[in-house]
Amino acid sequence: MLAGTPLGLTGCAGPFSTLHPAGPSAATAAMLWWGMFVLFSLVFVAVCGLWLYAMFRSPSIRDEAQEKHIHRRWIIGGGLVLPLACIVVLLAFGIPAGHSMLPLPPDEGEALEVHVTARQWHWDVHYPDGDISLSNEVHIPAGRPVDVHVTSVDVIHSFWVPRLGGKLDAIPGRTNVLRLQADAPGSYRGQCAEFCGTGHAHMHFTVIAHDPEDFDAWRTEAAGND
Amino acid sequence: MTEQTPEQSARLAQLQRVWANLPGIGTLAAVNHTSIGLRFMITGAVFFLIGGVLAMLVRTQLALPEQDILSPEIYNQVFTMHGTVMMFLFAIPILEGFAIYMIPKMIGARDLVFPRISSLGYYCYLFGGLIILSSLVLGIAPDAGWFMYTPLSGQEYSPGPGSDFWLLGITFVEISAMAAGIELTVSILRSRANGMSLTRMPLFCWYILAMSLMIVFGFPPLILASVLLEIERAAGLPFFEVAGGGDPVLWQHLFWLFGHPEVYIIFLPAAAIVSTLIPVFAQRPIVGYRWIVLSIILTGFISFGLWVHHMFTVGIPHLAQAFFSVASMLVAVPTAIQVFAWLATLWSGRVIYSLPMLWIIGFLVVFVCGGLTGVMLALVPFNWQVHDTHFVVAHLHYVVVGGMFFPLMAGLYYWLPLFSGRQPSQRLGRLGFWLTFTGFNVTFLLMHLTGLLGMPRRIYTYEAGLGWDWLNLLSSVGGFIMAAGIAVIIVDVALHLRFGRPTPRNPWKADTLEWSLDTPPPPYNFASLPPVRTRHPLHEHPDLQTSIAAGEHGLPSAEHGRREIYGSDAVTARVREIIHLPTNSWLPLLAALSLAVVCVSLLVRVYEVALLGVVGAAVFLLRWSWVNGAHPQMAPLTEDEPVNPPLHSRTCDGPGLWGMVVTLMANGALYLSLLFGWFYLWTVAPNWSPPDSQAMSLWLVLASGIFLTLATFRHHRIARRLAAGGATGLHRRLWQTAVLGAIHVAVLIGAVSDASLAPTDNAHDAVLLVMCLYLLFHGALCTVLTAMQAMRAARGYVSVRLPYEPQVLRLLWLYTLGVFWLSAAAFLLLPPAWSGA
Repeated sequence: MLAGTPLGLTGCAGPFSTLHPAGPSAATAAMLWWGMFVLFSLVFVAVCGLWLYAMFRSPSIRDEAQEKHIHRRWIIGGGLVLPLACIVVLLAFGIPAGHSMLPLPPDEGEALEVHVTARQWHWDVHYPDGDISLSNEVHIPAGRPVDVHVTSVDVIHSFWVPRLGGKLDAIPGRTNVLRLQADAPGSYRGQCAEFCGTGHAHMHFTVIAHDPEDFDAWRTEAAGND
Repeated sequence: MTEQTPEQSARLAQLQRVWANLPGIGTLAAVNHTSIGLRFMITGAVFFLIGGVLAMLVRTQLALPEQDILSPEIYNQVFTMHGTVMMFLFAIPILEGFAIYMIPKMIGARDLVFPRISSLGYYCYLFGGLIILSSLVLGIAPDAGWFMYTPLSGQEYSPGPGSDFWLLGITFVEISAMAAGIELTVSILRSRANGMSLTRMPLFCWYILAMSLMIVFGFPPLILASVLLEIERAAGLPFFEVAGGGDPVLWQHLFWLFGHPEVYIIFLPAAAIVSTLIPVFAQRPIVGYRWIVLSIILTGFISFGLWVHHMFTVGIPHLAQAFFSVASMLVAVPTAIQVFAWLATLWSGRVIYSLPMLWIIGFLVVFVCGGLTGVMLALVPFNWQVHDTHFVVAHLHYVVVGGMFFPLMAGLYYWLPLFSGRQPSQRLGRLGFWLTFTGFNVTFLLMHLTGLLGMPRRIYTYEAGLGWDWLNLLSSVGGFIMAAGIAVIIVDVALHLRFGRPTPRNPWKADTLEWSLDTPPPPYNFASLPPVRTRHPLHEHPDLQTSIAAGEHGLPSAEHGRREIYGSDAVTARVREIIHLPTNSWLPLLAALSLAVVCVSLLVRVYEVALLGVVGAAVFLLRWSWVNGAHPQMAPLTEDEPVNPPLHSRTCDGPGLWGMVVTLMANGALYLSLLFGWFYLWTVAPNWSPPDSQAMSLWLVLASGIFLTLATFRHHRIARRLAAGGATGLHRRLWQTAVLGAIHVAVLIGAVSDASLAPTDNAHDAVLLVMCLYLLFHGALCTVLTAMQAMRAARGYVSVRLPYEPQVLRLLWLYTLGVFWLSAAAFLLLPPAWSGA
């Protein structure tokens, strides 16, 4: 059904690819995608195949009661059982997956708090702990959960680092909290995902994940420079 | 139509005279549903081509990375207008037009029950569309996206007139949607052929009935939101502005409260086409008629409960997200029921393979794919990743092109012989299909992957080397293949008008009444109105065509010069009365022109002219309502009135009454949206600040309410007594009611001007002011219409023999009374009680 398969995983790489995850949230979402892709490809092939078969087969002559029975089987089987079964399967995987992405208190330690304020067309980044301010650059420690507090001072933007996790809107007047985590040190690209005017296409930023020790060193240095 | 007796041809000529449009320029005064429906569809097709050209511009710009064919400013206008034109000026209106054309022919009527409203709707659509498009020509088109999120679309961040074009133009166009929704609902319920009970109604009509009711409830939130945002932009009332106590997310709620039902508003008529064509080509009745009806109704209800799935990244409470996620998935159930009912029909039928069926297969493949990605998107943790990426662009095109355009093309090829009496070319038709189908899938199948690789929507360009380059290039190539396919279809349709082979009547051997008509259909449709005793009239009564033409059924003659159809019971479709319809009229055009003046002068902010336009529109609309009932130009009382059944204006129940009920349902949806806004801002807006003391004088509001209550009960008694045959002092009593209404309005004006409202500083006062204006408008409308009834009573247009109009007006009074006290409670009593507790 969808174009993914023949490409193999190499085609899925890319600095903004959700299919090349580098953090637990993004990995969960990618898993959900592949699971749904397989399941729904089967459903798609089955439904369309049955339709085409139904069109081109020559119907055998049956009595009315038999025919009614067959019709009911199609409608109840395909119209009720099939979608409800799919929904149950989806929710069975989706609800725990969604829960794991929420900014709940982590099992051990605590999440790093970063404040991001969007404006047309860049991102102001602020660390309340240490009073560090940056622009279009978010430094985080790898392997530790980070809570990004997102807001906006003008129009609505959306904070999105595809390889780390889902997006969350930056809305004037309110603050949303997004939980992110990078598995390994590295540089991850982010972009604005909500249309915000003429500069929308270029409203990019970078998340730089450090080793925990390097991160502490970076923070001390950055706080000192202020 | 072989042999006609002279008497028969005289009768047909007379019907033709009574039902024809005026010649020459007079055709602009046409109200006939066949003419209006065709105009809607042709206009919609032109807008489709314009929207398509905009899409080609988008695909050209995105074909290669880092192109600057379009600047971001122009690109934003182009994609905004592409979405706006396709949704508001193509998809909805062309389906409305199609329903307007088809419904009377399918239910065995000669016209819709409110022909002048059809005409008004068309002109509002045409003028509104032209106004919106003019902004594109002037280079000042809206550029905040077709969803117009605030604050980006607000005055501060979109200071130009672009947003105003959108808000005013779309609201103007929406008049046509509301008009179609109301008149289709009433027509389907009240003017079906004698005996066509709900269970014998073609599925097509069920779908259109559901669509119409969804328009009635779905469009008011958008209309309200547009009006509020335009007031915010023009006068600074902060409904959506955080600093003043508003909230931009309220816009999103109101927009998607409309926006999601809207998807089903365009899907249902398309599914109607599929459900009509499949049994014809499978040569057997549809399987699971009742299941399909049930799933249509379910779709209608569920679709109002899943708007939040457009807002999963807004930061809505998680429990609410879970609820809307499940609701969004559940809407797959009624759709699956329909898909499998169609499958079962094909399964046990003998399928004729033809061009319309080719488009139906295309529909199935594309739409099932779009439906499945839709279920994926309903899963919140996945949605957070792909929301606002090209994955969603791909999904929505699979749903709307698959779920609307493909069936529409199937319907076009199926009904072309009815429109024109000719068959298009099979070869060109197939070529057109395959080009469109291939081009579409090349464009949009790949786009799912583009989105998964992280390309957001609405960016005018992108860097090279992000993995998006070849995908975008192929999508653009596909887009142009699809455009070629559509060009072939246009050529095919154009050529067939001239070179198409003439078809016999009912070429597909269908079972529905429209195929009993001559092709192209005469303006009166049916020479006599046939009774319907089965779900498949043409199959079970093959002689129906001849007997209709021979005038063997209802209302065969038009000697009286009136346009007449049967009014029938909503459930059983027993004939109850004869509905006399208005003939050609210039009033809809004049009213629409006045509204266009209002629209344009609000755009350029010349409010004096806007006021003039409002006065003009009011004059024409009141004149319109004056030329009704027993007015000499309509159906004056005569000696030999038909009695069994009687003319509807001589009874206490008619289409106008039903029209009033449906209009009030729409009005109620608007009112509830406003109430929702009030409670939403009160509980959610970050800076909501109610005043310390009561904003308005409770005593004045109470006094005003007492006068309204007195007026309403007085009118209620007048109407009831009239229905029972009592008309003593009718004229005087109506005047007294009008005076009571006028006092109500005057006291309410006093209460508003006495209050110390600061609507530009404070969202609380802004919403309160809007509510007061809403109540004032209703009070004034009731008063004016009652005064008009008094004048009509003096002229003898309202009397014991003509008790109809006060019954209609009674409902408006009761509604006004209800919303008045509800508002008083919600706005003035609840807040202090709440903070007191």
